[in-house]
Amino acid sequence: MQNFGKFLIFIGQLFVRRETFVTYVRLTLNECINVGYNSLFIVSIVSLFMGAVTTIQTAFNLVSPLIPAPVISLVVRDMTILELAPTIIAIIYAGKVGSNIAGELGTMRITEQIDALEVMGINAASYLVLPKIIASVLMYPMLVVLSGFLTIWGGYVTSLLTGVMTGTDYIIGIRMEFIPFNVAFALIKAVVFAFLIAAISAFKGFYTSGGALEVGQSSTAAVVSSCIAVLLADYLLAQLLLG
Amino acid sequence: MIEISRISKSFGGKEILSDISATFEKGKTNLIIGSSGTGKSVLLKCIVGLLRPDTGDVLYDGRNFTNSDKEIQTDIRREMGMLFQGSALFDSMTVEQNVMFPLNILTKMKSDEKLDRVNFCLERVGLENVNKLMPSEISGGMKKRVGIARSIVNKPNYLFCDEPNSGLDPQTSILIDDLIKEITVENDITTVVVTHDMNSVMEIGDKVMFMYKGKKLWEGSNQNITDTDVKELNDFVFANRMMQQIK
Ligand SMILES: Nc1ncnc2c1ncn2[C@@H]1O[C@H](COP(=O)(O)OP(=O)(O)OP(=O)(O)O)[C@@H](O)[C@H]1O
Ligand SMILES: [Mg+2]
Repeated sequence: MQNFGKFLIFIGQLFVRRETFVTYVRLTLNECINVGYNSLFIVSIVSLFMGAVTTIQTAFNLVSPLIPAPVISLVVRDMTILELAPTIIAIIYAGKVGSNIAGELGTMRITEQIDALEVMGINAASYLVLPKIIASVLMYPMLVVLSGFLTIWGGYVTSLLTGVMTGTDYIIGIRMEFIPFNVAFALIKAVVFAFLIAAISAFKGFYTSGGALEVGQSSTAAVVSSCIAVLLADYLLAQLLLG
Repeated sequence: MIEISRISKSFGGKEILSDISATFEKGKTNLIIGSSGTGKSVLLKCIVGLLRPDTGDVLYDGRNFTNSDKEIQTDIRREMGMLFQGSALFDSMTVEQNVMFPLNILTKMKSDEKLDRVNFCLERVGLENVNKLMPSEISGGMKKRVGIARSIVNKPNYLFCDEPNSGLDPQTSILIDDLIKEITVENDITTVVVTHDMNSVMEIGDKVMFMYKGKKLWEGSNQNITDTDVKELNDFVFANRMMQQIK
């Protein structure tokens, strides 16, 4: 609880005494490459395999002749949009980007680089953290969209390769009873998760004290805390928007 | 001139600094000396505002720093330069970008003006042809010098150095000490140096303040540091055998 209060104060600090707008644009673009572009590979791989595995397992579980084949891809689609793309990828993202943010800020803290910024009269919290959060909130929804496409495409390729269903059936299923709001829901989740992961990891990193050992611990703590926060938020958003 | 009055600071009930008052004069190198763990770094951090003292004030040329609002603090901070114990170079930037950083953030200079100033400062600390190297590619002594270049690039009125020559060989050490002294005199700024190196004290100690277990025990110049009756200071000054023999 005390940590939560500290976290809120930290977030408040990000918005006072800022540098010029141009500085932030430049920093944010750099961070976009860091958090977005550099995550493309892992997100793509994970998505393709998620699509493949979900398709095979759903097909395996729906063997009854009463259920038409397109239902399989319908299930894959809904699972992907509602949960797999925004939430599972968020866990991966926390592992990659969250630990990176905490490690970087933690190292800057223990090597007095953050103190050096403060002594120059720069609001280090806002200078270092705000661009990361903005970049994360901008890039992560794009990663989720990409992941959604790749997961569903991975399922399609798998159904063709393994023959669990025909390509036509797969496409029919994908188009069946499509609810556009689900996509909006996924994007809302993406924005919330992106904010939580970047902000919590930055918080953990920024307040590291000690040495290299503690930097490692902060990184781990960042991943654990952001995953828990993501899952909690996932539950709350589901209640709020779908319940 | 920097005045500190009645500064105290505790961490978790343990008193680290107790009731320290002192003045650091303009155009002089003011030294804070004392053995390891007496609270020198904590005092320096209280002076520059990285730590908030529990009691007391710090005045920069009469302007209250500790108990002012953020705006005034930021204004005063923009007149400070600081060399950290571990150099604290930004390791994602080249040497040149590191030194240019304060100019980018704090001034509206044109880029060629900035580059000129950066090159002047790097030359001033005796570094050439290292502009494009990363901090990980240069030695510890070079890092210190880049740190000094970065701390003076924006022409500070106040310069702080935390152990500028720890971990350096004696020659480089003296080079850095002399550099700090020259910069102080050249620009007529107030310099505060934390050190536990007796060589530095003898070389550049215009004004020396001796700390022991969080208290100020002695103050004076390096001329008369050898003839005091403060036992702790004597123990500190004559810790090494060479000095004992000289005595
Ligand atoms: N953030 C902190 N929290 C708790 N205790 C601290 C903190 N910073 C310093 N201390 C304690 O304050 C004391 C003085 O530390 P300080 O770093 O000022 O020593 P120093 O005089 O600079 O020593 P050295 O010459 O080795 O650098 C130490 O006992 C240290 O444990
Ligand atoms: Mg120290």
